[in-house]
Amino acid sequence: MAVPQGYKFTRTHEWVKVDGDVATIGVTEFAQSELGDITYLELPSAGTALRQSEPFGVVESVKAASDVYAPISGEVIEENNAAIDAPEIVNSSPFNDAWLIKVRIEDTSQLDNLLDAEAYEKLVAEAGGH
Amino acid sequence: MVDFAGWYMPVQYSGIMDEHRAVRSAAGLFDLGHMGQVDVSGPDALAFLQYVATNDVSLLGPGDAQYALLCYPDGGVIDDIIIYRRPGGVGFFVVINAGNKDKDVAWLHEKRAERSDLDVEVRHISDETGMIAIQGPKAAEIVAGLSSVDLNDMKAFSCRETQVAGIPCLAGRTGYTGEDGWEFYCPIEQVGDLWNSLLEAGKPHGIQPIGLGARDTLRLEARMPLYGNELSNEINPLEAGLGWAVKLNKGDFVGGDALAAAKEAGINRRTVGFKMVERGGVPRSHYDVQLDGKTIGFVTSGTSSPSMGENIGLAVVDKEFAGVGKPLDIIVRGKPVRAEQIKTPFYKRES
Repeated sequence: MAVPQGYKFTRTHEWVKVDGDVATIGVTEFAQSELGDITYLELPSAGTALRQSEPFGVVESVKAASDVYAPISGEVIEENNAAIDAPEIVNSSPFNDAWLIKVRIEDTSQLDNLLDAEAYEKLVAEAGGH
Repeated sequence: MVDFAGWYMPVQYSGIMDEHRAVRSAAGLFDLGHMGQVDVSGPDALAFLQYVATNDVSLLGPGDAQYALLCYPDGGVIDDIIIYRRPGGVGFFVVINAGNKDKDVAWLHEKRAERSDLDVEVRHISDETGMIAIQGPKAAEIVAGLSSVDLNDMKAFSCRETQVAGIPCLAGRTGYTGEDGWEFYCPIEQVGDLWNSLLEAGKPHGIQPIGLGARDTLRLEARMPLYGNELSNEINPLEAGLGWAVKLNKGDFVGGDALAAAKEAGINRRTVGFKMVERGGVPRSHYDVQLDGKTIGFVTSGTSSPSMGENIGLAVVDKEFAGVGKPLDIIVRGKPVRAEQIKTPFYKRES
């Protein structure tokens, strides 16, 4: 599986991309392939406070509903309305078009708790992904 | 792959939506080796099935099939089953659910022992029987090229002996998708060959292998019950909307008295179909159903319907709240989300 560079990852298959003090957050290619056809996103609106490792939203597929966990603490500044209106783009473009939320980072040192591309790739390989 | 009643099975091959659409528009192939089969034979086979099943088995001529339920004496459902009367007219072939196999077989043997007045043999043949279904508008065309006898003139809910790609099969014009198609039962040693032959012959027609995920969305759109969801020992068949498969006037049968009494007392819950009319999530089994903050029932099954592009479900609700067009609040993650009751089946094929 191609894991893009320049992203950080959680063990629960979310990604985060940092630009200054803003983190863009989504779910990984492995997550979307495990979930299958995604039909609904429940995301927090701007102003919501997130805490690292706690659930911030729900991704529903035909199969099941799954929580998504915050890679980092902070305040939501934007949710991706294009993805809310067309959740299937999470299947087709999980790392790009289908970002879920943007967050104002509270404490950048929390990024150190996350996996880099190499470590995440290893995690996925062990989980049976490829 | 998931563990399903001890069988290692794929939830999906190419994806639930894609597989679902293949069955609705072309054809799908289902490996149903996990399902169970029981052979009921002997001079009193009919009398025995009349005693354990809720439907009127005497209505079956040779080569006919019927949906029925096995019930406990209190009317709770043990399983839902398909009974085929063998085409030669001698004996019956009964299909039971994977997850209920042990329970059903033990129950049937117990009832057989109880009815020592009947000359009947009950044989559990799941381990020697393979089962493959082909379903979809192209199924007839695909099967026509492989079957030793014509199967296209079979009526729905009938069965016939044939050879498919040289493999002896009992062919039932039955299924669990709302589409035309067959369920084939063959010797277990030959089920791999049967699968490959059907898949090969179906390729030019767009056939796809179908996993458990799409099997569930297909049956739900067709409003076919799933044991454990729409049926359980806590939902009686009359509440499940399956009164048509319960023939109270056919004579004594297990559960008959309790179901007659329940009908007499009045059925206070109904199984209804609904679609979500507000955004807020996909309904799932066991979600609470409320109205004005008061619980009136629960969801039995729910999904994103690939055919309709809507979130749909079935729910058991108190009778006074049941009715097409009436509202329900489905409690999704603690929040009420508005739904509207709609007619079922959700999907009906054009005939």
